[in-house]
Amino acid sequence: MSAHAASPAHIDTSTGLDSRKMAFWTFIGSECLLFGSLIATYMAYKGRSINPPYPHDVVINGKAFHGILNIPLTSFSTFILLMSSVAMVFALWNVQRGNKPWDAFWLFMTALGGSIFLGCQVFEFTHFYHEGLTLRSNLFGSTFYVLTGFHGAHVTVGIIYLITLGVMALRGRIGPERTLNVEIAGLYWHFVDVIWIVIFPLVYLIR
Amino acid sequence: MTSETREIVHDQHAHPGWRFYGVIGVILLVFTALEIVGYIGETKGWYSGGAAAAIILVLSAAKFFSVVAYYMHLKFDNKLFTGIFVFPAVLGCLVIGGMILLFHVVHGEATQLHGEMELRPQMDAAATQTPVGAPAAH
Amino acid sequence: MASTATVAAPHAPAVAHYEPTGLWSWITTVDHKRIGILYGVTAFLWFLVAGVEALMIRVQLFVPNNHFVTAETYNSLFTMHALTMIFGALMPLTAAFFNFIVPLQIGARDVAFPRLNALSYWLFLFGSLFLNFGWVLKAAPDSGWFAYAPITTLPYSPGMHMDFYVLGLQVLGLSSIIASLNFIITIINLRAPGMRLMRMPIFTWMTLITSVLIVTAMAVFTIAVTELMFDRLFGTNFYNTVSAGADPLLWQHLFWMFGHPEVYILIIPIMGMISEVLPTFSRKPLFGYNVMVFSGVLIGWLGWGVWSHHMFATGMGPIADSFFSLSTMLIAIPTGIKIFNWLGTLYGGSIRFTTAMLFAVAFIAMFTIGGISGVMHASAPSDLQQSDTYFIVAHIHYVFFGGTVLGLWAALYYWYPKVFGRLLDEKLGQFHFWSTFVGMNLTFFPMHFVGMFGMPRRTWTYGPEQGFTAYNQAETVGAFIIALGTLVFAINLFTAWKRGRIAGPNPWGAATLEWSIPSPPPAYNFREIPVVHSRMPLWEDDPTKEAGIPHGRVEEETEQVTIAGTQVAAVRDVHDENKMSAHDLGIHLPPPSFWPIVLAAGISAIFIGLIFRQVPATSAWHNAWYLMFAGIATTVVSIYAWAFEPGH
Repeated sequence: MSAHAASPAHIDTSTGLDSRKMAFWTFIGSECLLFGSLIATYMAYKGRSINPPYPHDVVINGKAFHGILNIPLTSFSTFILLMSSVAMVFALWNVQRGNKPWDAFWLFMTALGGSIFLGCQVFEFTHFYHEGLTLRSNLFGSTFYVLTGFHGAHVTVGIIYLITLGVMALRGRIGPERTLNVEIAGLYWHFVDVIWIVIFPLVYLIR
Repeated sequence: MTSETREIVHDQHAHPGWRFYGVIGVILLVFTALEIVGYIGETKGWYSGGAAAAIILVLSAAKFFSVVAYYMHLKFDNKLFTGIFVFPAVLGCLVIGGMILLFHVVHGEATQLHGEMELRPQMDAAATQTPVGAPAAH
Repeated sequence: MASTATVAAPHAPAVAHYEPTGLWSWITTVDHKRIGILYGVTAFLWFLVAGVEALMIRVQLFVPNNHFVTAETYNSLFTMHALTMIFGALMPLTAAFFNFIVPLQIGARDVAFPRLNALSYWLFLFGSLFLNFGWVLKAAPDSGWFAYAPITTLPYSPGMHMDFYVLGLQVLGLSSIIASLNFIITIINLRAPGMRLMRMPIFTWMTLITSVLIVTAMAVFTIAVTELMFDRLFGTNFYNTVSAGADPLLWQHLFWMFGHPEVYILIIPIMGMISEVLPTFSRKPLFGYNVMVFSGVLIGWLGWGVWSHHMFATGMGPIADSFFSLSTMLIAIPTGIKIFNWLGTLYGGSIRFTTAMLFAVAFIAMFTIGGISGVMHASAPSDLQQSDTYFIVAHIHYVFFGGTVLGLWAALYYWYPKVFGRLLDEKLGQFHFWSTFVGMNLTFFPMHFVGMFGMPRRTWTYGPEQGFTAYNQAETVGAFIIALGTLVFAINLFTAWKRGRIAGPNPWGAATLEWSIPSPPPAYNFREIPVVHSRMPLWEDDPTKEAGIPHGRVEEETEQVTIAGTQVAAVRDVHDENKMSAHDLGIHLPPPSFWPIVLAAGISAIFIGLIFRQVPATSAWHNAWYLMFAGIATTVVSIYAWAFEPGH
């Protein structure tokens, strides 16, 4: 988020650890509770919607309802998001070694992966909207859109963050001495990935 | 605390190479594929929903730990970072687990009431005519 | 400066001439001391506002069937009294001390992220102003500070009342999270050499625990409120029990998951403050330091496992009730340990009853009463009788007023000389103490009885035949006695700032690092970062700390420190050194920045804009929702400007 390398904090700290990185881990800790509460809401209301559309195929009173979730599409976007995490690791690896064009390349690849994931989500949301699932339609609609939307918002912030870093790397403003900036961005990106690793099975795979 | 003041420089040498990260990436993909297989297995009726959920959860836990440990460097980094992450993560799991337990397992009067509401869609059409949310008669 | 028996010349306050003054310097400041003062002043003003709200409630209840305020206004009054006290006054007052004292106690030049610190203050200011703006539009929140859904959803609470709640508290919650994140890192990472975790002053320890609670609990609250916000703004169904079958308990669970840790967020810092005041005025180290630390950690940890004891009356079933009863009672153990350790600190000490000490001792007694009534309704069957009666009101006020407020006043009398370089007047202080002490007991103790007689809380009025009248009249009289004391206190705070006795660096002969530097401290705090060898660095080789000798005392006019009439140390004039700026001393301090206030304005504007989305076109406010887009643009621009700001 910031480039305050001259912060008095990080010159010499009690633990020898960088304050910004520690702050970021603390922030991630806070985010755990943030997403935890959203997931808790989703789980508390799982299977409690009293009108369709339902997430999975279900038979109620002898009447079959078609599940709305598109598992193949989301599996694809999940693969892409995981791949973007791999790209992020490569980006950091190249930044640490000052491999000039490659650091920016992998940063942009990561952002690209995130963008594809986000594109899939936008497609999914519009598709669901046309199928009749809105924020207002039922408990599933509310909990699903807010949970995955919150994650999507995090992805969006991450993409902007990565593109910013990528442009800085292109301009030569990110070298091995500024590794930490990329490392923190990496922590953010991997955390967003980890959250999806939790959301994907809970929302999509487990009925 | 140790005075590991050369943390950042030290990082570069302690971390495994990109091949290792690539292998982790492949594992992540394979596990995700297996999760999807778990889902398909359940829809095809190969095994029960509970078994599928268990398989999927174990796999995603493995993915969770490999990303956190390797991609987020907790395995190689100062243990303090692990503590800062694990404390709220465990706290969240406990508290949220407790809440879900209260919602779905430990039924009191109030939750029973809503447990009945949950079953409402399965009830016959006549029952659904009562306004939802009205207290169910005991 | 790790150990010093010498005390600085008390001729004049160590006014830092070199520091820039003026409004702009306060707006752009990133100095933790100035931000602490800003927090303190703002929060004290909100304390007065919330106090006036409380007085209006008491006037309304003075006689049966009163019509001093309407029932609707009464709803807003008790809601805003709670919200303003909790989020506008008490939490920020503790934050003021975190800001000012913690970096000094650990021997740091500033907090880890000075600009984030400024950001959290501005967010607090804008958020609290926004929350109270509801009064201007005659739409202040009116469903209780707990905002039980579904009462707070749109069908049952139309109008903007609860919109101010959901949007205002988002801003305040964000402010608390950012501030706490900063304190956690500051305490872990910015300690002076030699200050191990178990050498940290107990107040710093409690700040750390509180900050961890805020960072975790506020996140849950953010989501609970976000979901309510989505329900009200975008028609989601999280708390829609009518047509979507939502569970009314979801809000209660999420809210109390935050709400209970919040209670500890308000009391744990106070426990730390008391643990600083008591040893200083007993001339004894804190009794059982280690146990105090661990019981603080334990209280914080257990505080997370008890939330459902606020929900016994919802019928969660015997298993849940038993679990939460037991876990709640468990908290009495570490709390009891703390109380006994405070008594142990007092025991055998050479006690000086300054105003700070009086407040601290009163805290122990009053907080214990609040704790005991807390254990009473930890028992589910007992709680069912007490739920939603004035007994609960009595309990929370013994904890929040008898605990938090008394402790905060103790801390203010104790640290005020460090902040402003001048002592508060002790005579006015004594008056303030006794009126507050008598007033609070007269106000809150009868509430136990009316509660047991069945007087429901949050009810606008009562009938003459119900037998509540005499009690309520006593309570109202008590409230005005508190108000009188608070008025005297406010006068004291203001006049001492102008004309109080010069304090010198260590007027109380205290032991922790903040007392080793001039009062008020220079911008850079420590000329050289001290090296710490013990928990009480200033008592290390302090001749005044010999057994049987009362504490040292700075004679105002004589440039010497005397103990029982014997000169023990010459006064060192630090005034010259004080005139040197950080620049002269070659100390790097982060430059001022105006981006924190701009970013805070941007973030606040997003939420402020959201509230006006449904205002009819006839209203003057109907176009104000465009503010949201301005807010988003400002936020994005200032985040980039912040990230690339030179010098930080």
